[in-house]
Amino acid sequence: MEITVTVNGRSYTRDVEPRLLLVHFLRDELGLTGTHWGCDTSNCGACVAWLDEVPVKSCTVLAVMADGHRVSTVEGLETADGLDAVQRGFMECHGLQCGFCTPGMLMTARWLLDHDPAPSEEDIREAVSGQLCRCTGYENIVRSVRWAAEHDTGRAAEPITEEVRAEVRK
Amino acid sequence: MQVPAQFQYEKATSVEHALSLLGRYGAESRVVAGGHSLIPMMKLRLAQPEVLIDINDLHELARISVEEHKLCIGALVRHADLLGSAIAGEHFPIFHDAERLIADPIVRNRGTVGGSLCQADPSEDLSAAFAAVRGEAVIQGTRGSRVVAVRDFFVGPYQTVVEPGELLVQLRVPIRSSASAYQKVERRAGDWAVAAAGAELRLRDGELEEVGIGLTALGAPGFHAPEAEEFLVGGPATDERFAEAGRIAAEHCNPVADQRGPVDYKRHLAATLTTRALRIARTRWHGQHHEEA
Repeated sequence: MEITVTVNGRSYTRDVEPRLLLVHFLRDELGLTGTHWGCDTSNCGACVAWLDEVPVKSCTVLAVMADGHRVSTVEGLETADGLDAVQRGFMECHGLQCGFCTPGMLMTARWLLDHDPAPSEEDIREAVSGQLCRCTGYENIVRSVRWAAEHDTGRAAEPITEEVRAEVRK
Repeated sequence: MQVPAQFQYEKATSVEHALSLLGRYGAESRVVAGGHSLIPMMKLRLAQPEVLIDINDLHELARISVEEHKLCIGALVRHADLLGSAIAGEHFPIFHDAERLIADPIVRNRGTVGGSLCQADPSEDLSAAFAAVRGEAVIQGTRGSRVVAVRDFFVGPYQTVVEPGELLVQLRVPIRSSASAYQKVERRAGDWAVAAAGAELRLRDGELEEVGIGLTALGAPGFHAPEAEEFLVGGPATDERFAEAGRIAAEHCNPVADQRGPVDYKRHLAATLTTRALRIARTRWHGQHHEEA
């Protein structure tokens, strides 16, 4: 069936099978291979992308469910001004080793800082608790997100309220 | 690569539309919302529906409200929204206790309350939470809706009273003066429960006037512990009686040995977690009511 999905602000129309998963739509249909395909069982979080401004595990969402919706991926983090603060944080603090979990970690970190500009270490650990780093570099990932929080100037932070939740689900 | 078998996809635009699609495709169709139980099952061919009916656009089912002294939670409410709902937490903190421990924050953004109950997984947390607080399920069909107590909602593992052609639209809990809590042991963050227990209680003149106890992953029929509830009602809320209620709950549930632990360990958890949930609920009651123990 034909679907139209806005990914990182750009509209894409493709004819897809209903069983196509969002992660494969992004990678194979659109060539956006920044979103990684990991465990296939919604455990590892390598495939985290935003659906309507909310992080989801795209291995467990059908592409047809995104028809008419907005998707954001790691490719959309960088702007004309350069890399996003979370990307710079991961560079500064050695937040990645093999890099497989990184796109998902970045997308979750960006969402966290959008809604909580000064998260505690516990908040960061809770936010990424559904994501696995098999290099076990969690200390540096937490450090990277804290660095990003301290150097984040680009985006307006929005507290997580019920109104925000209702708004992003429209 | 895990990919579901082929199926036909229909996007429902209203509850009536969803019901008409369910009527047209019958038992070969399945409703999908968050999809975090159904899609993994379809990948593994444990479920192979011919038609998927997507209800994610039925925004009228995504609301949390208070109507006629009942907390009303739409079937499409995401776990993250129940966790973020001040009104739900104010009346029934058991839901926030449970939601903090259900899967992980990203999964909670997508998975739904109604989907969790309809999945009827024996290890599902909200089933026990709703059973503890004596919630009601509103099930709609083409000829109207019916209300079923959550304690009677489950027929068995992965089976509910929702018939082909029907849709779970809402969970409701009568609002009354009470306190509640949920306690769970899991092997790692975001895992299914090894065992869990929820408790709700109301005190009057130092005696327990109402008690609800829910059990998860312990083989308790209807996810609750009626023998322990009966033992407690009408007596004082003492540590000794809570411990005895835990012992009774452990004796009457039917856990099975699996990779999460042997039966005696799970019975031990049933007793400990039931007692602990009751004690936390009692503390919360006194916090709200400033009543002497």
